[in-house]
Amino acid sequence: MALTTAPDPTRRGTGSVRPDANRRGTGRIRHGEGLAGYVFLSPWLIGLMGITALPMLLSLYLSFTDYDILTPLSEVEWVGLANYERMFTGDPSWWHSVRVTLSFALIAVPLKLAAALGVALLLNRAWRGVGLFRGLFYLPSLLGGSVALAIVWVNMFNREGAFNSFLALFGIQGKPWVNDPDWALETLMVLAIWQFGAPMVIFLAGLKQVPTELYEAASVDGAGRFRQFVNVTLPMLSPVIFFNLVLETINGFQGFTAAFVLSNGTGGPVDSTLMYTLNLYITGFTDLEMGYASAMAWVFLIAIAIITVVFFSTGRFWVHYSDGEDR
Amino acid sequence: MVAGTVAPPGATRPQRPRSRSWLRLVVLLAIVAVVLYPLFWMIGTSVKSQEEIVNNIGLLPRDFTPGNYLDGWTNFDVSFARFFLNSALVSLLTVVGNAVSCLLAAYAFARLRFRLRGLWFAVMIGTLLLPGHVLIVPQYILFRTLGLVGGEWPYLPLLIPQFLATEAFFVFLMVQFMRGIPRELDEAARIDGANAFGIFRHVILPLSRPALVTTAIFSFIWTWNDFFRQLVFLSDLSDYTVPVALTLFIDSTSQSAVGPMFAMAVLSLLPVFGFFVAFQRMLVEGINTSGLKG
Repeated sequence: MALTTAPDPTRRGTGSVRPDANRRGTGRIRHGEGLAGYVFLSPWLIGLMGITALPMLLSLYLSFTDYDILTPLSEVEWVGLANYERMFTGDPSWWHSVRVTLSFALIAVPLKLAAALGVALLLNRAWRGVGLFRGLFYLPSLLGGSVALAIVWVNMFNREGAFNSFLALFGIQGKPWVNDPDWALETLMVLAIWQFGAPMVIFLAGLKQVPTELYEAASVDGAGRFRQFVNVTLPMLSPVIFFNLVLETINGFQGFTAAFVLSNGTGGPVDSTLMYTLNLYITGFTDLEMGYASAMAWVFLIAIAIITVVFFSTGRFWVHYSDGEDR
Repeated sequence: MVAGTVAPPGATRPQRPRSRSWLRLVVLLAIVAVVLYPLFWMIGTSVKSQEEIVNNIGLLPRDFTPGNYLDGWTNFDVSFARFFLNSALVSLLTVVGNAVSCLLAAYAFARLRFRLRGLWFAVMIGTLLLPGHVLIVPQYILFRTLGLVGGEWPYLPLLIPQFLATEAFFVFLMVQFMRGIPRELDEAARIDGANAFGIFRHVILPLSRPALVTTAIFSFIWTWNDFFRQLVFLSDLSDYTVPVALTLFIDSTSQSAVGPMFAMAVLSLLPVFGFFVAFQRMLVEGINTSGLKG
């Protein structure tokens, strides 16, 4: 499961991410504490070196080779930029997986966030049973990433599935959506949107922070509910929207389980669910082209990094931090 | 939850007409129905006979067929009891690994002063957004070179990273938590002669229990649901965890396995659902205070 993390944007005043920021620069390290620091840090340091840094370097090296798991590491052949060249110019299925992943993220993420915000607004104004509703809406976010739920989803949108019996109520003849190349990815989008609970909870926390006086002032000025939403709620909520947008987008790019289950690990029907990570898995572990898969992984990493930077640099223009918290 | 605590903008305004509130409730209930329908449908299908799975479009079975559970349990050469035990083993050891290793690292970051701390902390924050999929190929190669893939201890490739605090999120969560523990307690312990280890043992460890519980719950749920790493690193049927075993049902595409497949899917979600019921408030607060996703 993709886990995503970041400091909580709804909490004000705890902005610094440096450890112990207020004590910085107070000079000397107490005797023995430096050693103790490294003793406590050692598991993490070993993990950083062995589980993260070394594999990254190995992967960078392998991306310039034709390594498959069968030949020993000492005998791999250096192929220069051939893997990258193949990716960009000679591999239609790579481009296809990029398109699939982008369209998944570009459609599912905004809809999921819109659903999350809409339900959060409904709940925010309600006065009773909020805790219960909030819990129920959050449940899919806990279950939705599992293989079990993906299996349910595939069957629900199959020929005899629940979705078609729902359509039948209106006299609409359904079809096996998951076997239709034009619709398979859409069913996965619906699964993603169904898990709107996690961003919703974060929106709810953000809504609680909006000062009531702002609504009163807007109301005195004659603003209706729609104007209040556009001129008060949205700007005040923009840090939370930004936070959810970044996390959900990065999550969206990494969708794997549901696509794997729907297509039985092939990315089908007709490559319509060939998400980037699934393509990476097939290349590395089915076709055993681990050199090429490493190149794909590095391009993925760089793409995510670029997207994150783009988010943060455009965020300055629309994310509003109140009470002088602009940084 | 009580009325006043959750209705900020509406609370001080004049009461809106009753009909609006009713409308809102109806809409909310409709959303609940959409959200819960797949779960009820899953449970209903798990007790339908083969014939009904095709013909009966309703939620409830006409012919209650609990036999699906027995059929699913023994559908493969290895019984699901084994898969559940494997999943429990991996998940529980992951909980231990994350709790211990992340707590140690967090204590160093939050309380101790040592050379390059700022740099390491920045690196740790940097790994927060690193997608796990990027590292899977080289990690597989490394663990395989070490003879740990499909070896005598097939779960080592899944567990070793968890014992080395690679789940940066939990480190971050605990650092944030420890910063809230008053430093005066450290000072008092120091005056009593405690060194860094004593302070960890007698001050930080006992006071970090809430952060440890949050870490344990999320570690368990995420590992229990995890599929990608388990798919890559487990190769023997008898080593399979529940998610990997569930995909075997898809391989055996025969229609006859749908009921048993749903039965096992239901069982596989029970532990997560149990955690949800027991710790609902905590889970929701958890994603609130730390911005974490399920």
